[in-house]
Amino acid sequence: MAVAQQKTLAMNGDEAVALAVKQSDVDVVAAYPITPQTIIVERFSEYVANGEVETEFVCTESEHSALTACLAASATGARTFTASASAGLALMHEILYVTSGCRAPVVMAIANRALSAPINIHCDHSDSMVERDSCWIQIYAENSQETYDSMIQSFRIAEHLQVLLPVMVCLDAFVLSHTLENVQILADETVRKFVGVRQFPLVMGHEGKEVPFKLDPNNPITMGPLDLHDYYFEHKRQQEEAMKIAPRIIKEIHEEFSRISGRKYGNGLIEAYRLEDADIATVCVGSTAGTTKTVVDHLRTKGTKAGLLRLRTFRPLPLTEIMGALENVKALAIMDRSNSFGGSGGPIYHEIRHSMYDAPTHPHIVNYIYGLGGRDMPPTTILNIYKDLQEILQTKKVKRDVQFAGVRQ
Amino acid sequence: MTTTSWKPTAKEIVEKAELFTSGHRACAGCGPAIALRQVMKATRGPTIVTNATGCMEVVSTIYPYTAWKVPWIHTAFENVAANASGIEAALKAMKRKGRLAHENIDVIAFAGDGGTFDIGIQALSGAVERGHDFLYVLYDNEAYMNTGIQRSGSTPHGASTTTSPAGRVIPGKLQYKKPIADIMVAHEIPYVATASIAYWQDLLVKARRGLETEGPAFMHIFTPCPRGWRYDTSKTIEIARLGVETCIFPLWETIDGEYNLSPQSKIFALKPERKKKISGYLKMQRRFKHLFRPKFKHVIDEIQHRVDERWNRLLKRCNMTQSD
Repeated sequence: MAVAQQKTLAMNGDEAVALAVKQSDVDVVAAYPITPQTIIVERFSEYVANGEVETEFVCTESEHSALTACLAASATGARTFTASASAGLALMHEILYVTSGCRAPVVMAIANRALSAPINIHCDHSDSMVERDSCWIQIYAENSQETYDSMIQSFRIAEHLQVLLPVMVCLDAFVLSHTLENVQILADETVRKFVGVRQFPLVMGHEGKEVPFKLDPNNPITMGPLDLHDYYFEHKRQQEEAMKIAPRIIKEIHEEFSRISGRKYGNGLIEAYRLEDADIATVCVGSTAGTTKTVVDHLRTKGTKAGLLRLRTFRPLPLTEIMGALENVKALAIMDRSNSFGGSGGPIYHEIRHSMYDAPTHPHIVNYIYGLGGRDMPPTTILNIYKDLQEILQTKKVKRDVQFAGVRQ
Repeated sequence: MTTTSWKPTAKEIVEKAELFTSGHRACAGCGPAIALRQVMKATRGPTIVTNATGCMEVVSTIYPYTAWKVPWIHTAFENVAANASGIEAALKAMKRKGRLAHENIDVIAFAGDGGTFDIGIQALSGAVERGHDFLYVLYDNEAYMNTGIQRSGSTPHGASTTTSPAGRVIPGKLQYKKPIADIMVAHEIPYVATASIAYWQDLLVKARRGLETEGPAFMHIFTPCPRGWRYDTSKTIEIARLGVETCIFPLWETIDGEYNLSPQSKIFALKPERKKKISGYLKMQRRFKHLFRPKFKHVIDEIQHRVDERWNRLLKRCNMTQSD
């Protein structure tokens, strides 16, 4: 397949999301306003008002109802989308679990924003990181282009018959959601062809025959029943199996999309940046990776063997890929834009450090909590982290496991 | 607005297939189970049902069994009206895109009083404000029965529940029942009705009207609960009838906001002497037993006073006055 014709539009991350939803033949959008996600639903409302989409747009009275409506619409057979952030995502918490438990392939954009209190509208990852156990696939975008591309891929991933799990596409508040960027746009028909029409798996129906997994009066099924100790555990186990299959599907769909778009983000799960011979490296998600790449390039010109590992998916966590990419690194800093209070550092740190336990060689690993509530993460702060890593490399000693970068002490 | 001419006969109703089937695990004498069966007898074609968390969800669907012959979904407690919104939106969009096999599919949301008066009122208010086309059926057994008889915004004044117990000092629930059906009328939706399982024909006709209504319709069904109200399981229908005869639960409907007393209640406006005293109703239910102790007897008068006050207010809304 040849790379499709594309045009370049100046748009922010939120607008890129709205456009991707418009092009992806979505049946139902249900949403509630919250900064900094609002531009997504505002733009989409304009598409509806101008008759540019056939989507049913439901302005709910809360995020709880927004996700519920998407879940129920999805169960009815619709392709659905919602968007949220911060307190709105927290209000959805209950329904996040119900959505994945009902195996409803809802797609949601999260404009990552700090959680209250104190109330703060700016970027950190506290809102989505706290939902890491909810059985939603999480994709963290580095820029608006990747946000657009990931949105389109997400409908395919979520609805894949071997996955059937909801997906959140996370974009950093303001840094991506409100910042103008050149974004390459595929033609409507190219996207529509790529996403296709939603298919349904067959399940055992009431009358002992196989029926499509949706609310259909011709083939009635019961969804969301009471499910106690005799079956619940198996159903939860099935969700884990779907998460185990998801990395392969995410990679395949990412690869297929790259053939029409000409764009790739690592292997779809992780992006290793100048890691092959790196002695020191950082790991992060989201837009900070962009700044970090500049710092890595700078260090490389000085002869420092620095690298970066960006996780594109945090759920599923691509452990094998992560271990492979970091195998030769000697000093590693994990960057977390959220904190697990009273624990031992941030969530990305927990998981990567824990998975290194079985590795034949261990790098020195430190954790930096950074950027809470939108605190800027300039190249100088990142440079200092690499300097710390160089010191660890030389002294082979870690002074403090968990530190806060860019905070008044 | 709908004015169905459908008048189901007992024969017709018995012969119509059960969509909410037997074999479910409701208690003997369960009022809500009777309400669900009656409402499902009023369906007019392809129907999708959604249920809030509660007794009826629990007793009808324990995996891998189901009592439902229609597509059915439960997601959580406080959001059944949002479920209905999503289902209706999906049907609209899929129909527009030519992906729906049916010309029309009705949507019914069932919830108890906890899921309606209390935790679900936000989703309900939002859904009807948006004008989704669905029938919301509240089966009201006046407390959180599924979790063990805790008081709700629907529990009547003076009732003893596990969180408003009658003690030495406090005579059961101190507050009065929230007038939920009037709250729904205030949303200016096209159809609101109250019904009692003791009057099945009236209930079925109202359910059908609700389904035929274009836009949101709300039905408040009075469904006694032998476990929570503490009476013999054989008395469910008798108490459901007495609720109407005492006018503590009058039957009425609003079509486009116009209040109309249903015949079963109108009789007490025309012949007030036939309206029964509330004490007999209270006496049958051990949740009110403590009110008959000398210390708390005044509460019975308070309840009677409130019933009369609300009844007279309803009569005014129906352009009627009690003739005494």
